[in-house]
Amino acid sequence: MNAVFYIAAAVALISTIMVITRLNAIHALLYLIVSLLAVAVIFFTLGAAFAAALEVIIYAGAIMVLFVFVVMLFNLGPSATAQESQWLSLSAWIGPAILALVLVGELAFIITRGAAIAPAAGVVEPKQVGVALYGPYLLGVELAALLLLAAMVGAYHLGREWGDEATGRRGDGATEGKRDGEKEE
Amino acid sequence: MMATVPTEYGLLLAGMLFALGLIGVLVRRNIVFILMSLEIMLNATGLAFVTAGARWAQADGQVMYLFILSMAAAEVAVGLALVLKLKRQFKTLDADAASRMHG
Repeated sequence: MNAVFYIAAAVALISTIMVITRLNAIHALLYLIVSLLAVAVIFFTLGAAFAAALEVIIYAGAIMVLFVFVVMLFNLGPSATAQESQWLSLSAWIGPAILALVLVGELAFIITRGAAIAPAAGVVEPKQVGVALYGPYLLGVELAALLLLAAMVGAYHLGREWGDEATGRRGDGATEGKRDGEKEE
Repeated sequence: MMATVPTEYGLLLAGMLFALGLIGVLVRRNIVFILMSLEIMLNATGLAFVTAGARWAQADGQVMYLFILSMAAAEVAVGLALVLKLKRQFKTLDADAASRMHG
């Protein structure tokens, strides 16, 4: 289990360094997704399987998709096709792909070895987390719900087109509301 | 049975990731990269909490990680809406373009 941790930690550090040194936002996002997946593997080695699943689903899944959406929104137009082909060049995705393959190898290793290498001490079951969440931390859950509601209203308000034309506002509001619904995932 | 991961190394990794995110916030001027670096820092904080929770085999670390996760989601929703607004108003993604208030 130690070797799995060290390799995943190396992948996380390398991909994070690549994130803050890239010039292109989409390339940085690819490395950032790999970094989050590596941290998910680290969570598993620490015995926090529930947190690992949430890291993949919410962080790498929902939040990063939002980033990709917004970066794609910046360049809509005739130049978008040329931009697209530049983003999909081999040099753009080969680095993240290699790092992700390392993580896939670790995943295969963990699955094939099974319970033999499961973390011994410090395993926290999802049930324990749920009991703690809806027991002593219930007020925190309510506050998190309030925070998400406030964020949804705030993002709707900020993302709305406050143009001088009053006509197109109705349609804009509908699409913005749909996008905000996805943000709350 | 192999030994489990030492707590120090988990915390060390969290600290290094946090430092990288901080460097990103300080060095980059593109506001999308600043938001990404903020995500790195929040993620490193969650890693520190989960590591500490695994050290004492308590669920509290993962509960705090869940709160950090929901806060990050809220922050990204509002932050990206602000980024869109900045792009619409100033036609640029440079964070320094919006350094003045209109009072």
